[in-house]
Amino acid sequence: MSKNTTHSEPLIRLSKNDSVPMWKGWLIRIAAVVAAFIVCAFIIVSVTDLNPIEVYAAMIKGSFGSVRKFWILLQNIAMLLCIALAVTPAYKMKFWNIGAEGQVLMGGIATAACMIWFGDKMNPVLLIILMAVVSCVAGAIWGLIPAVFKANFNTNETLFTLMMNYVAMQIASYCVCFWENPKGSNSVGIINAQTQGGWLPTIGGQKYLLNILIVLFLTIFMYIYLKYSKHGYEISVVGESENTARYIGINVKKVILRTMALSGAMCGIAGLLLVSGTNHTISSETTGGRGFTAIMVSWLAKFNPFVMILTSFLIVFLDRGASEIATRFRLDESMADILTGIILFFIIASEFFINYKINFRSKKKKGVNE
Amino acid sequence: MKKALKVIALVLALAMVFAFAACKNNDNDPTDSATPSGATEAGTQGTATDVDYSKIKVGFIFLHAPTDSTYDKNFQNAVDAVQKKLGLKDDQIIVRSNIEENANCQNTAMELVDEGCNVIFADSFGHESYMMEAAKEAPNVQFCHATGTHAKTAGLKNFHNAFASIYEGRYLAGVAAGMKLNEMIDSGKITADKAKMGYVGAFPYAEVISGFTSFYLGAKSVCPSVTMEVKYTNSWFDETAEKTQAIALIDDGCVLISQHADSPGAPRACEEKGVPNVAYNVSTIDMGPNTAIISSKIDWTPYMELMITSVAKGEEIPADWCGGIAEGSVQLTELNTAVAAKGTQEKLDEVMKQFKEGTLHVFDTNTFTVNGQKLTTYLADVIDEGDFKPETEAIKGGYFDESDVADKRSAPYFDIIIDGITAVVEK
Repeated sequence: MSKNTTHSEPLIRLSKNDSVPMWKGWLIRIAAVVAAFIVCAFIIVSVTDLNPIEVYAAMIKGSFGSVRKFWILLQNIAMLLCIALAVTPAYKMKFWNIGAEGQVLMGGIATAACMIWFGDKMNPVLLIILMAVVSCVAGAIWGLIPAVFKANFNTNETLFTLMMNYVAMQIASYCVCFWENPKGSNSVGIINAQTQGGWLPTIGGQKYLLNILIVLFLTIFMYIYLKYSKHGYEISVVGESENTARYIGINVKKVILRTMALSGAMCGIAGLLLVSGTNHTISSETTGGRGFTAIMVSWLAKFNPFVMILTSFLIVFLDRGASEIATRFRLDESMADILTGIILFFIIASEFFINYKINFRSKKKKGVNE
Repeated sequence: MKKALKVIALVLALAMVFAFAACKNNDNDPTDSATPSGATEAGTQGTATDVDYSKIKVGFIFLHAPTDSTYDKNFQNAVDAVQKKLGLKDDQIIVRSNIEENANCQNTAMELVDEGCNVIFADSFGHESYMMEAAKEAPNVQFCHATGTHAKTAGLKNFHNAFASIYEGRYLAGVAAGMKLNEMIDSGKITADKAKMGYVGAFPYAEVISGFTSFYLGAKSVCPSVTMEVKYTNSWFDETAEKTQAIALIDDGCVLISQHADSPGAPRACEEKGVPNVAYNVSTIDMGPNTAIISSKIDWTPYMELMITSVAKGEEIPADWCGGIAEGSVQLTELNTAVAAKGTQEKLDEVMKQFKEGTLHVFDTNTFTVNGQKLTTYLADVIDEGDFKPETEAIKGGYFDESDVADKRSAPYFDIIIDGITAVVEK
């Protein structure tokens, strides 16, 4: 076809590929997962001498091996999903909020404070309402501080939110010093173990059911908020182009502040669920890295709250499976981490191949000519 | 055509993987089944044959992975030793590591119950309240917890605490340190008033205070002029902070360092600076061939054996248990004769004998003062109800009665800063 392509074209050229049909996209994704499992099989065999099929079976057992394991799976998905939902509006606005870890922790600290101070003194229903409000406010404040600086002084929100995490962790350590039991042990223990004051109630004997229902409600809320509300529209416009947003009369500053307050408040709810609905204690480790993992959950799902259920399932499933493998076969935990790393790598890579086309400087043309 | 070739190649690769896997598996099977059964035979021959361990299944909950943390490694070593000793098969022991001190601990304990464990052991202090919750949920399973404080007062029949009288081990390690100081004084390297030791502590917690005080008293028993400075890291395991604090102590004029935690932080700092070091739980001779003297350590094998054997026999596990030198729970690692002063081993043997005979008490009130006064009475916070109110008289017959399970508890409660020790709390 063309005669003068020989020297100018690079060996490999990437081009954006917008027109991948849905079925093809899913085919690529499934192929990636299969490929990942094959590569993992090679590694399992060469490093550990185990039968990879048994290893994969154990992995599945880690999440579905018993009714209890299944509930734990759902609970872990709910917690991760809750934080992923919380960070989503900010990311959709292209506000790089990596401070969820701290925002959740602030919500958790606020909840723990209410449980410790008012656990035995207040009407339980009022107490839970108070805890919900206080945890939202604490998370929202922690989200708003970097947003105010971003909106007014255009500070770098990535660094700002990251550093806010460390401040929150120090505040948590400081509170632990006050609340620790016994003194000097750096451990708060279960708060109100006897009276269960300030614990979220259990529904139908399932201690995690309420958490799961709350997060399910938040998922639906977030889907509607982003897709059908005016706020959601403004968020996506600001995310695409701030200038466009300004041009069509959106108050960018207001949108940034409002969105970060919402994001932080939802992180606060995650803190409430973790402290009052799950652990009944507080430590600087309460969030446990979920604030960062949630970002991956959100991006992998391309900010679609319902797809996030799937991506958080994937992450939790791999995590539970990894620990099951390590236990069952007495492997080093790092081995399990290597396997989950490979699987995630392939999945992320598959998104690349769905979004981009690779064009080789090809001899193909000769082939075509022949 | 090319496409077809690619597909065939992929399929072949797949087939190879599984064939390879299958073949590996076959290779494995005979060896796999041979080792445990061999171990079983050896085990049953070696130990009491009248106890039937075949129905036993033990679950272990570790805070970190034994490969990452020497604290958990110490427990893992005990698990391996007890498995060999009692001839338990691999599927009779389930170890779950990286279990945080939150609801995950309770869930993991209950998962272990689901898998049929009759006895479950957790290794970290913060696991305690969650183990107690699990004990309420599964009243027919025994729950054992290291370093905890609640078993005696919680009123749960199936929840138990255990510790070791490690203060005796620390005292012995202190004697070795004191001998080294004496050697430095005798050789003119330092004067007697410069005999200052440094101690890197974790938290200002009774377990830590009890540990460094007994270490100090051990050193003082042979080197009367010794003083000690303590710096905290505010973490149970932080290699960098431990190294930094060790160096700060050396810069402050400390001529010998010891530490509460078992990370390589402080020993490495000492090796770099050429300062003698006394370590904990692991032998550090390979890290500091020119500076490591000795380590005291807790060996959890005796307790694990006790708890498993009790369950196998259908006997009750003591609510609280404290192993000592006689039980083999408190041990010293190999003495590094290249660094230790002459005659250290003989001295250690002598003190060890006194401990075994019960003639020596670490916290003898004649050997230390508090604010210049002899201690005649002290209320310790033994019953841990969260009230922070000390309620139990701990001075008995001229000594502070540490870790006495008869009428107190196994976890240490000595939390007094005695004269000669300066402890700086940096918060």
